[in-house]
Amino acid sequence: MARHEGRGMASVNYPIGMNLGGDPSQALIHSNPDGKFTVALSAIDLGQGMKQVSRQIAAETLGVPIEDVYVDTADSDTGPHDMGSFASRGTHRMGNAIIVAAREARGVLLEAAAEELEVNAADLVTDGRGNIHVRGAPSRSITVKATAQAAQFKQGKTIAGRGIFLIPLSAVDAETGEMNPNTAFAHACLVADVSVDDETGEVEVLRMTSAYELGRVINPRMVEQQLVGGAWMGISHALYETPEPYYPSPDHGPRDFNEYLMPGPGDIAPYHVTVLERPAPDGPFGGKGPGEMCANPVLPAIANAVYNAVGVRVDELPITPEKILRGIKANGGAKPGPRRGGPVNWR
Amino acid sequence: MTTMEMRKDLFADERDDNLNVVGKGVQRQDMPGHVTARTRFFDDHAFDGMLHLKVVRSPHHHARIRAIDTSAAERAPGVKRVLRGADVPVNKNTLLSLINFGKDDEPSLAVNKVAYKGEPVVAILADSEAQAQAARKLVRIDYDPLPAVFDVEETLKAGAPVVNETYPGNYFEYHERFDHQKLRFGDVERGFAGADIVMEHRYQMSPIEHAPTETNGSIAAPEQNGRYVVHSCAQGLFFALGTTAKIVDVESNQLHFIGGTVGGGFGGKVDSLTEPLAVLGAMLTGRPVRFVLDREEEMLYGSPRGAERIYIKDGLMRDGRIVARHIRSYFDAGAYTRLSSYAAIKCTAHVPGPYWIPNVASDIYVSYTNRCPSTAMRGFGVTAVDFALEVQMDRLAEAANMDPMEFRILNAYRDGDMKPHRRAAKNTALVECVQVAAEKANWPLSEQAKRASSLLGGGAGERSQIPATQLDARGQIGRPDSRNGPVTQVLPAGTTRIAPSKQPVMEGARDGRAAPTQVPRYEPQRPAAPPPPAYQPAPPPYQPPGSYSPAPVHQPASPLPASPPPAAPAQTQHGAVRFSSVFGTRRR
Repeated sequence: MARHEGRGMASVNYPIGMNLGGDPSQALIHSNPDGKFTVALSAIDLGQGMKQVSRQIAAETLGVPIEDVYVDTADSDTGPHDMGSFASRGTHRMGNAIIVAAREARGVLLEAAAEELEVNAADLVTDGRGNIHVRGAPSRSITVKATAQAAQFKQGKTIAGRGIFLIPLSAVDAETGEMNPNTAFAHACLVADVSVDDETGEVEVLRMTSAYELGRVINPRMVEQQLVGGAWMGISHALYETPEPYYPSPDHGPRDFNEYLMPGPGDIAPYHVTVLERPAPDGPFGGKGPGEMCANPVLPAIANAVYNAVGVRVDELPITPEKILRGIKANGGAKPGPRRGGPVNWR
Repeated sequence: MTTMEMRKDLFADERDDNLNVVGKGVQRQDMPGHVTARTRFFDDHAFDGMLHLKVVRSPHHHARIRAIDTSAAERAPGVKRVLRGADVPVNKNTLLSLINFGKDDEPSLAVNKVAYKGEPVVAILADSEAQAQAARKLVRIDYDPLPAVFDVEETLKAGAPVVNETYPGNYFEYHERFDHQKLRFGDVERGFAGADIVMEHRYQMSPIEHAPTETNGSIAAPEQNGRYVVHSCAQGLFFALGTTAKIVDVESNQLHFIGGTVGGGFGGKVDSLTEPLAVLGAMLTGRPVRFVLDREEEMLYGSPRGAERIYIKDGLMRDGRIVARHIRSYFDAGAYTRLSSYAAIKCTAHVPGPYWIPNVASDIYVSYTNRCPSTAMRGFGVTAVDFALEVQMDRLAEAANMDPMEFRILNAYRDGDMKPHRRAAKNTALVECVQVAAEKANWPLSEQAKRASSLLGGGAGERSQIPATQLDARGQIGRPDSRNGPVTQVLPAGTTRIAPSKQPVMEGARDGRAAPTQVPRYEPQRPAAPPPPAYQPAPPPYQPPGSYSPAPVHQPASPLPASPPPAAPAQTQHGAVRFSSVFGTRRR
């Protein structure tokens, strides 16, 4: 009886947003008289960081410091319509709506500044630190705050913008399935290293190594939290969780976290992610969205690693010790596959 | 334990990295509130005089309701109101009716029968949660159990119990014509006939729980002027608002939904499980109403990820090329549609995975069974088929005697390759992901595989073409005998019947609105304006882990892509763009 190490991989892509369109998001942005901006949305922050992504995109487009932008979401009396936070759509759809709104607001901001500086608005740039200045002549400048005060109390201008981003609805052909799943696609490849005990059937995920291409990364720390958290969900999905352990039989279902099998801290594997950025032509600053896909490659990569370790194909999730032991028995013992590569190039 | 690094060198010439705050790992605006417990979630909005709503659920998988007696419950301590199906103004809905997709098929409170164990039948509103729970036990419901069906293929057979009377064949109806969604591209049968190896396997995805830290729930309260405020954990605020307005039959501006800060969703908070009854309770009692699922309800009746059964048949050449792929899949919707109908379409667009294959077909069914309706969950329509596809790819690589990484790179789609839904791939990067993962995992690749690129070889020759395609009329609604029909027509090569979508509008320049396109992009304050230097690649190929600042690449700011002229409105072969003509009828 022995523990066998195995290595498996999987590669996937993932569509961003509701794949058939009919998928609008709106944003409203306005400044208070001190040049502090509020972004009003109906997007939902599920913990994934929707507010912060919105804030960074708004600050970038407005050209003001991030501290001067606050995102207010979601109140149906003040936030304009949004489909919601699902289908990995938040960054892409809402981000684009925010860019549209922020560009309009920025346009008014620069017009107001131009009036104060007595220059052409097209010659003005922002420094991202709260100043507006003439391109190439930093000394001819005015603060965003002074501009907003002038706009409100002197010029009678509303520094505000509205934005919508809509992927229009696509029909689907009944006979061929032809359609316009008009979205950006993200990509990933993941390698899982596992150890399988041929006596107990238990699987330990030793480590995972992945590469994700997500378009422009808006906030790398939030991307990291998504990819790592999603990978743990993938481990759990592959090896532990199910409300119907003998599906399609509905019996023996768990009722709470005492009975619902999930990995504990000791089951979490070391994980290394490399992120690639091929910007989406229709994304906000090229952003796509890492929301949903981060669990997807983990499931097959672990299944393929188990096969590489002991020669058992488990085609029904979750990959339980029972299924592995039955497979080993049917094969007349563990049948380890070829070793693939050497120690990983990270620690 | 975990590390992330950025490969800024890859696709660098496609990016303008001259950005101020996008790309920086700055702290979230909501994080201090989260870690100091000042963030308010929906359940942090208690009201004076608030009632608590609990539902009585079916103990049967499938049963006719003969009689309901709520008299004892109505007299129980603290009970202020008992709701039955007849109290719900519009007691039949389907979530996607908001976009005209599918027929109303699910009651808020069951009336004549229950179709799954846990289906709500009666709602109790009481002064305390304990009183509502106690009164729940006093409701007498007389059931006549019916045969139940749990298997996604058994349910499609003649003579299976009818789960959902709105769809008497136990399948979602597509295009008012078929019992499934088709994908047809080329001739898979000829592909299999010419293949060196043909392989078919069956895969079974398990359901799982969303298991959010915060269970589903909402608090509704009378506001003023006949309006109701609703503190909600919905993943789609206006989705929940629209669904609630329809079910309680009020104008949308009578509802004031507040949410946006949610304790985990993963797709499990799209269904508006609690908002309609909470608002109805507030309307009928004039009191604030809190309806929150406890953990057991969330786990047993809070709609899981749907299981899917997937059959993949592949034709493979000995040199490793896949020449034909057919996928047949069954989504387990449970007793009602919720969002499964949409997932099947998304799955169809995803077939055959991120690979170029000359002959592809799929048949995706949505089956009704007597279990809790499943719903959206992370990777909806894609996660399960990715599991099946990638295990199948592992098998195919072994059959071709190829390394699995090399096999992926050989078959990977590249820019310009035609996908089976008849649109060309663009902005692809699968090859690079495989190469980078192999490098980091110390998994050796051949020189040829290392030189491959998403930018090279795509769209060459037949890879960019739409082939002549075999059509059939298999699986007509109400005719299970037609599931094995012959080829009825060959669609000529190059045929498209769906107009391309209008390209996304990026610049705000539409509908006559002032176009702020002339607004310059961010430009850092510099001592003097330097001449715009030519692009320089970022010097270090690898960013050290933990460093999140993009390399300071000096590149003239380029505007976002200009929007091309709008295309003609999309037209279907039916001559309409309404959802109802796309997906089927909607009868209210």
